[in-house]
Amino acid sequence: MITYVQVLYLYQVTCSVELTRGEESALKGEQGEIMEMAHRILVATGEATDAEKLVPIEWTHLSGVNYNTIGDAGEEFLSSISKGARVKVKTTLNPMGFDIDNVSNYSLDENFISKQLSIKGSYETMGVTPSFSCIPYEIFDIPKNDTQVAFAESNAAIHANSYDNLKTNKESAFSALASAITGKSPYSSLRMEDSPNLAIQMKVNNPNELTYGMLGFFAGKVAKDSSVNISGLGKMDTRQRKSMCGGMGTSGTCAKFLFGEGKPGIEKIDFDEKQAQDTYDELNTAEKGDIITLGSPQLGLEEISDLTGRLKGRSFEKRCMIFTPRTVKEQARRIGYIDELERAGCEILADCCTCLTPLINKDNVDAVTTNSIKGAFYLKNSNGVDVNLRSLSQIVEGETK
Amino acid sequence: MKKILVGGSVKGSILKTEMPINFLGTVEKKTGVISDKNHELFKISIRGSILLFPSGIGSSVGAYTIYSIKSNNSAPLAMICKKADLTVATGCALANIPLVIISEEEFSSYKTGEEVSLDTRAKKIIKII
Repeated sequence: MITYVQVLYLYQVTCSVELTRGEESALKGEQGEIMEMAHRILVATGEATDAEKLVPIEWTHLSGVNYNTIGDAGEEFLSSISKGARVKVKTTLNPMGFDIDNVSNYSLDENFISKQLSIKGSYETMGVTPSFSCIPYEIFDIPKNDTQVAFAESNAAIHANSYDNLKTNKESAFSALASAITGKSPYSSLRMEDSPNLAIQMKVNNPNELTYGMLGFFAGKVAKDSSVNISGLGKMDTRQRKSMCGGMGTSGTCAKFLFGEGKPGIEKIDFDEKQAQDTYDELNTAEKGDIITLGSPQLGLEEISDLTGRLKGRSFEKRCMIFTPRTVKEQARRIGYIDELERAGCEILADCCTCLTPLINKDNVDAVTTNSIKGAFYLKNSNGVDVNLRSLSQIVEGETK
Repeated sequence: MKKILVGGSVKGSILKTEMPINFLGTVEKKTGVISDKNHELFKISIRGSILLFPSGIGSSVGAYTIYSIKSNNSAPLAMICKKADLTVATGCALANIPLVIISEEEFSSYKTGEEVSLDTRAKKIIKII
């Protein structure tokens, strides 16, 4: 015998995501299990982010590739869905755990390698371009202004919104995958007009890429909206721009810089010497490193060229790992940069990145020297090693002869 | 504010905690048992329950864990939270586990062990005695 004592109606359900008839049918499972799941992900993400509809996107960039981060559960999931799922739009891919060409130089176990190759195979089966890069904005042509895309890698989403005139949410690995399969993404705040309620003023003199990375890290912590105004930046080079985007992606959810002081009357926060020092003290935990890593985000051809110039006639006295996309490594080899860098003692790794690399761990390394704020955060928190933060100029000056 | 993130219709018994859950690393994938000794639900399995918790926390990779516990038949029947977070939202979407968001007030009206029926299409939760 059942008695109903209380009925709780979800009356005020703010059902916000309006679906088309085709989307409704997919969500009901009428277009197969994969489309049903992909639509469930888009609707759940859309409801959680107050999106009112789904919009077509032209390019997705997926995270969730490195076995070190997605583990067995991720590997099994991808293997299972790759049997039926195919991407509908241009889809590029974040770095994985190693460079197959030199993986034997690092102590990585067989299980890691085979699971990573399984993940790689699953993405390729689904029709994904195996770019293994966190800088899609540097190695692919940028579509016309205001094109809707779906980028899961945080530094790439911020770069795309701030510098490339594209529009993307800061997607999760799952919403980006669902977008790749459906060609659609929730129409959330970042795709609409921006109205940030915070402006950050850069007040540090003579900034280098570390300063800009720390500024980004600071911005990610204080900016609660999806975008933030930023002023006083001065002229920045590629390295500094990437560092700032990487920094903000690491510490927060904000996914767009708007350059300027913003609307009158909004809250203003300074980033001065004190904030810079506090951020440095939070992330720098060692006076020196056992090895050096460069590339988080991965280095593009411009930075590889610049580094080659700086190392003319000099050599590193420690191991120096350099992370770059495979396409850049190949271009750099043809130009002759790779020979030069290897002569200077560098190890050049394609397809992977400092960030969440399984190639560095606390059993073989106590501390790492890097100029990457994003790298520093993950080396410390995921790899469990100490970090010595220095700018590239300081690293070349202090570590080469 | 109340939301339906993943739809569905289930009947079952409430398992409630006031502590957020980090699905990555604190839930055993094979059994659904909470393995974090600092958690209120330590050693308790979330399998087959209607799980009430404030929200998910931690890495978005936790969504794969939700998919895994479902694949191992160790998942809750449904989840009910106070706050929508993307990890639990996508995890439940992957695994096809109904997920709704309810108000603070409604949240406090439930106790562990109560039998309820949840139906997102009718937009209602019914307590059963």
